[in-house]
Amino acid sequence: MIELLTPYAIQVAFIVLKILLIIVPLLIGVAYLTYAERKVMAAMQLRQGPNMVGPFGLLQPFADGLKLFSKETILPDMANKPIFVLAPILTFLLSLMAWAVIPFGELFGKTLLLSNINVGILYLFAVSSLGVYGILMAGWASNSRYAFLGGLRSAAQMVSYEVSIGFVMVTVLLTTGSLNLTEIVMAERPFWVSVMLFPMFIVFIISILAETNRTPFDLPEGESELVGGYNVEYSSMTFALFFLGEYANMILMSAITVILFMGGWLPPFGIESVLIDWVPGIVWFGLKICMILFIFLWSRATLPRYRYDQLMRLGWKVFLPFSLVWVVLVAGVLLATDSLPV
Amino acid sequence: MLELTKKEDNNKIDTYTMNFGPQHPAAHGVLRLIMEMDGEVVERCDPHIGLLHRGTEKLIEYKTYMQALPYFDRLDYVAPMNQEHAFALSIEKLLGITVPRRGQYIRVLFAEMGRVLNHLLNITTFALDVGAITPALWGFEQREIMMEFSERVCGARLHANYFRTGGVHQDMPDGLADDMMEFCESFPEFIDDLETLLTENRIFKQRTVDIGVATKEQAYDWGFTGPMLRGSGVAWDLRKSQPYDVYSEMEFDIPVGLTGDCYARYLVRMEEMRQSINIMKQCLCDMPEGAVMVENNKVAPPSRAEMKSSMEAMIHHFKLHTEGYHVPKGETYTAVEAPKGEFGVFLVADDSPNPYRCHIRAPGFAHLQGLDFMSKGHMLADTVAIIGSMDVVFGEIDR
Repeated sequence: MIELLTPYAIQVAFIVLKILLIIVPLLIGVAYLTYAERKVMAAMQLRQGPNMVGPFGLLQPFADGLKLFSKETILPDMANKPIFVLAPILTFLLSLMAWAVIPFGELFGKTLLLSNINVGILYLFAVSSLGVYGILMAGWASNSRYAFLGGLRSAAQMVSYEVSIGFVMVTVLLTTGSLNLTEIVMAERPFWVSVMLFPMFIVFIISILAETNRTPFDLPEGESELVGGYNVEYSSMTFALFFLGEYANMILMSAITVILFMGGWLPPFGIESVLIDWVPGIVWFGLKICMILFIFLWSRATLPRYRYDQLMRLGWKVFLPFSLVWVVLVAGVLLATDSLPV
Repeated sequence: MLELTKKEDNNKIDTYTMNFGPQHPAAHGVLRLIMEMDGEVVERCDPHIGLLHRGTEKLIEYKTYMQALPYFDRLDYVAPMNQEHAFALSIEKLLGITVPRRGQYIRVLFAEMGRVLNHLLNITTFALDVGAITPALWGFEQREIMMEFSERVCGARLHANYFRTGGVHQDMPDGLADDMMEFCESFPEFIDDLETLLTENRIFKQRTVDIGVATKEQAYDWGFTGPMLRGSGVAWDLRKSQPYDVYSEMEFDIPVGLTGDCYARYLVRMEEMRQSINIMKQCLCDMPEGAVMVENNKVAPPSRAEMKSSMEAMIHHFKLHTEGYHVPKGETYTAVEAPKGEFGVFLVADDSPNPYRCHIRAPGFAHLQGLDFMSKGHMLADTVAIIGSMDVVFGEIDR
């Protein structure tokens, strides 16, 4: 028995190490994304963000975390307690799980990722669809009118925009021929194909804003209408999990955008020069993710929010037909020019 | 879990009653709104007011005219000096005194500054309710600059107690006119910046166009005044139709909206800010030298230096600050074009140092009554936008 266990144990330990190598930097990234959001938004609003805790306020996320952890976790009396606690756990879990298939870079010919499955895109899509459950559970189990309405709205919004995300992904897949994320990054795309995919890039960015419940689509957590939406009854640890889950989701969606449209860990615009060659791929990946995250933060600072029916109308009557038409267009053009990938 | 409130009529589907409570980030003060909703659509909106009632009118009856003035600051606490203006004008009408020229110019200058203060707050919090967070922060920085002017002239940033009977309390300090001129020069650029964020923004337009429409007839019926009335197409401004102080000598335009919706009122307020800056510049350029307070010591206290050397001045000071001046019998309704609308003071005086009765006509009171018909058929998110565009402040509604 022991002889069977030892090589297995080594493999398991290796996998655990890889998981930690992904999760720990991710959590630090999430923490500093909150800091970056405050600083960037502050700059746009002509003020300084946090600058008291630590030099330039760099220790602010840890102060926030400490505050959240030291608060009392309130479980409302009439709430459905098991589901009430399960909802944030599920949300956070899912946002971490999805990172298993994201490729970070290349090292000595091997891509750096946890699990190189051949249906990476499908896995990501499935995980983000499961995320809706967490929100529905939170809204229902809270036993509060506002939370219920917020949860319903949020769930419907996420589902609506996932449809157009799906079609955009199909458009990209048409040009690469594989669901494997590594192959999508490495795919050779002629310039005119990238130009043809550009409107889908725009649609994708708007859809991920809606998917992650960010402005201008943040009515479910709209502070002026529903005062927090589905997470109005949550406090301390449970709220922290939702919060972290939302930001991890933001980073995940930015990573997917980068992989699908911006060439993942490859140098930007495909420039190959000796000077740039020794910059590791993961640095490019990180920089590109930061660019997309900046768009998230920028739109939060600038734009008002859509009313709920306008939001749904946009998803179903504008984005869905547009992405459908574009799928047909891309397929047709690729077929006509005989450039469908094998 | 979800309670429904049954209505008496059994043929109708039950509506869902929701309390948009006093503590709400968008309730603009203490507004308790009972909304009956059919799903997401508002059927009826019932505002419950009185949560900020402080007994202002009753308390004024027990104070002298000088002591009653600070009450008016606290009515519309966004642009305090405009309220004081109405009270000061009504007393001056009963007393039959005229304010010296310089005092009138200073009053108009600070009244217009109050207008800019108010419209800035209203537009940026309106944008905040609709979801745009940045204009609020930009606007409040500009308000800080103006509050600083207020502090330099009278000592208090907000509740100024500055417009007294017979003029203003003290003259503007050196350098303030130049700083205000500099501010007026740079402000139009700020309004342009604000416009780039909001006016042509399609999301903002989708949230405000055709929301909360008030037709001309409805505006007349419900007693709307100010930007609410002008947004519905009626060109009525008390500064032009019944000019007071030196408004008759100022050159300015009145913006009038066409559609009567929230967007029209927003545009009216934006343009009014520009016109106010225009008026402020004219005041600063044309301001004459002279006294700022009427010389009649029966009404206006003498300066402290004079009081310490002259016996008559000392007696006047004593009588004014203890007993107060007597206003002859009479009654008057005096209204000014406050930033929110027509702010009126109905003053009944009976030859005693205290007013016999002082009724305050607050513009927000009439506007809030219109909330019901304006938000029928709209959704919950629109109600928030409509309350924002109505510019209600509970200090003056509840008094």
